[in-house]
Amino acid sequence: MSQSTHLDQVTIRFAGDSGDGMQLTGTQFTNTTAMVGNDLSTLPDYPAEIRAPAGTLFGVSGFQLQFSSHEIHTPGDQVDVLVAMNPAALKVNLQHLRDNGIIIANADAFSIRNLKLAGYEQNPLEDGSLEGFQLFSVPITRLTREALVDVAMSSRDKDRSKNFFALGITYWMFSRPLEVTLKWIEEKFAGKPELIEANKKALNAGYSYALATEVFTTTYTVEKAKTAPGTYRKITGNEAVSLGLIVAAEKSGRPLFLGGYPITPASDILHILAKYRHYDVKTFQAEDEIAGVGSAIGASYSGALGVTASSGPGIALKSEFIGYAVMTEIPLVVINVQRGGPSTGLPTKTEQADLFQAFYGRNGEAPLPIVAAKSPADCFQTAMEAAHMAIKFATPVFLLTDGYLANGAEPWLIPDVADIPEIKEPLALAGEEYLPYKRDPKTLARTMAVPGTEGLEHRLGGLEKEDLTGNVSYDPENHHNMVRLRRKKVEKVAGFIPPPDFSGEERGVLLIISWGSTYGTVFSAVEEARKQGRQLSWIHLRWINPLPEMLGKLIHNFKHVLVPEINAGQLVKIIRAEYLVDARGFDRVRGLPLQTHELVEEISSYFEEQ
Amino acid sequence: MNTIETLEQKEKKYTKEDFTSDQEVRWCPGCGDYSILAQMRRLLPDLGVKKENVVFVSGIGCSSRFPYYMDTYGLHGIHGRAPALASGIKLANPDLTVFVITGDGDALSIGGNHFIHLCRRNIDVTVLLFNNRIYGLTKGQYSPTSERGKITKSSPYGSLEEPFNPVKMALAAGATFVARSMDRDPKHLEATLLEAARHKGTSFVEIYQNCNIFNDGAFEKYTNIKTRFDNVVYLKNEQEYRFGRENDKHLFWDGHRFRVEEWKATEKPLTHTTDNLPASMEFALAELSELEDFPVPVGVFRKRQAETYDALLTKQIEEVKKSKGQGDLQKLLESGNTWHVD
Repeated sequence: MSQSTHLDQVTIRFAGDSGDGMQLTGTQFTNTTAMVGNDLSTLPDYPAEIRAPAGTLFGVSGFQLQFSSHEIHTPGDQVDVLVAMNPAALKVNLQHLRDNGIIIANADAFSIRNLKLAGYEQNPLEDGSLEGFQLFSVPITRLTREALVDVAMSSRDKDRSKNFFALGITYWMFSRPLEVTLKWIEEKFAGKPELIEANKKALNAGYSYALATEVFTTTYTVEKAKTAPGTYRKITGNEAVSLGLIVAAEKSGRPLFLGGYPITPASDILHILAKYRHYDVKTFQAEDEIAGVGSAIGASYSGALGVTASSGPGIALKSEFIGYAVMTEIPLVVINVQRGGPSTGLPTKTEQADLFQAFYGRNGEAPLPIVAAKSPADCFQTAMEAAHMAIKFATPVFLLTDGYLANGAEPWLIPDVADIPEIKEPLALAGEEYLPYKRDPKTLARTMAVPGTEGLEHRLGGLEKEDLTGNVSYDPENHHNMVRLRRKKVEKVAGFIPPPDFSGEERGVLLIISWGSTYGTVFSAVEEARKQGRQLSWIHLRWINPLPEMLGKLIHNFKHVLVPEINAGQLVKIIRAEYLVDARGFDRVRGLPLQTHELVEEISSYFEEQ
Repeated sequence: MNTIETLEQKEKKYTKEDFTSDQEVRWCPGCGDYSILAQMRRLLPDLGVKKENVVFVSGIGCSSRFPYYMDTYGLHGIHGRAPALASGIKLANPDLTVFVITGDGDALSIGGNHFIHLCRRNIDVTVLLFNNRIYGLTKGQYSPTSERGKITKSSPYGSLEEPFNPVKMALAAGATFVARSMDRDPKHLEATLLEAARHKGTSFVEIYQNCNIFNDGAFEKYTNIKTRFDNVVYLKNEQEYRFGRENDKHLFWDGHRFRVEEWKATEKPLTHTTDNLPASMEFALAELSELEDFPVPVGVFRKRQAETYDALLTKQIEEVKKSKGQGDLQKLLESGNTWHVD
């Protein structure tokens, strides 16, 4: 008879070969966990190779998920439960498992060959090296085959269902219902009855095995999280960006046009938007990154909301066109789903090292507004703000997310569309006196006249233009003036964006300044440090250019300023240059989110040195 | 554009002055670009579209200053990328009439990739390639259409490269309208550009254009009225491939290649067709401009009706709307598994 234990929060990691379906398994666990009402945060962590050689260390694909009965902000530092489908998965992930953590291993995959591939000389399931952990060694492959004995398919095909068997074990262990996944199997494999049967049977068999055998003595329950009332769904960053763009387009009365080119980890934005033709979304898979952004600028010039989505290497190719949009003052949203760099770097891993690229990666004086999403769900709001400012200020806007936000998921309180304000930014109308570069004194933005508007025919280009008329001008003073105007225009954005998140006192020992996807880690670390009695303040920037006006005063009220980033120190240099303070960086550039406990230790060091 | 608008347009017909902007033209005196500009201003009133629906898009180079001189909408882009801008403009608003103005370096070197993909997609825009076989704006380097051995600043011992044949490229890339004309044959140029602009789909016109500063006389053989008729064969639909000052020669197709032969009135002549010339003949015809002892074909090589990308996109949107209904934002946000918290 098993006993049931209440837990506040659990971190589970599914790991296996990149062909083992670990992303799918993790996503199913996530969907079910969302439906039972836990707060959650996920971290898919997979190799760039689609099917790396089976059994190898570099071919291990992982999916980590933290779920909780209270609000959480990270996918977890340390893993409580590790599902290892082969020796390589165990070897790669054991370092993340906490002391006395649970291992569920597929014993059948621990063959001599696989052990050798993973670099084990002896079988760790048998040699006692895993003492100190709770090891459940389960013959998952064999049990799956037995469960599917009546299903008419080859052993090889039956083995593909073994991830559902493993999922079934974890569902029992954490008292999850099977319905969400059973329904998903039916929809996913519609028209392939033998796959539906096999996967359902494997899932049920895994659940029953855990229930019936006396191997597992404990089930765990994690209560529903207390969250604000409303309707929720699970959402990833790439999904949230896509939905935010569709809503912004509709609210602005400008049809959405995405010009893009496939690149990891941004491609899902193209995939998602391509589905929504019935929302008047036009997606254009261009011949290259340059044509992607060029077509988006052309579409914006014609009156659409032009967007391009890419990652670092693609952004590098788009740079000249982004500068062109700065010069011509045409609205454009440039999404950079950052990944590890430089060059091809770590395509499937996360990083924040393209901040300088967004700030400075163009020839000439080419300032533009930059906003960074703080969580997967926040990508929705961030995309809408980026689109709004692009249209309002007739400028390209950089929207920075990253691999972690793009693929990571969390619950999202679905807003009521009627509550989302309109984006009413007028175009010039026929019959008006029109000067292409006449500016609104409040925003310094020009008004666009789009082709098709009678009497407002005019010419734009990348050559320096005369103030007001937009005619080509090589006049020295005019150029000086235009450079200043374009910079001031970006500064004016500060008056139209929400203030940054700030917590703590307005003066003190330590101010933390963070941006983008480190929000969750910093939130948890600040919470932890405060529990330890540290009095610290924290400002999280979503809009990074322009920097918030309040920061100029605030920053000088602190003895120390700490800027944690997943790069070698980029925002920290901007902060130092901008405010002349001795801000320090905290950086870990591993292609993974920062770890909460590391940051807590760093924070402590500022208090201990006093 | 619907029929009523077109009729109204005819009543208040434009003149070439309506298409002339207030900007001073800044090409070198004697440049072939002047002629192309003049023909464009002349033909637009005949095209029957409202001038606010016309957009000229260009890249970088001498030719790419063109949009500034037209009193229509205009976008002077970046080097080689005009097709990308033009694609976005046309797809976002298919009612517009879009021209791409480009040169041999712009279209075939830095912008080669965009050029071939524009042709392949058959987006309804008209491309004018001003071919002067030289980089003019950067002051005289060899271009992708310069002949091998060309002595320029960047090839003081002669260029080592075989030139591109722009017509062959456009045909191979799938442009549905492909033609060649010359700056110094204004009537032919005007008629060819008008036909190109009226064609639905990607229209491509290579224009032999003289750069009198850096590559003067590059096309003299074809453009000089004294030598033109012995060196140019004008392509006309349903007509023979006849040429020569006395109209005494023609191109004979022997089943594999063209040969130049004396014209004999008695034989059953081979005639040109723009919509279904066999690929072998189409390619052989395009290749003549590269061969010694052959006249250069000038006129329309290909004019083929095919669905345009822009029309297909519009159609696809309508079809998806028909099957799924007009999108509802609230439903979109609530798609997938949802749960409720009270």
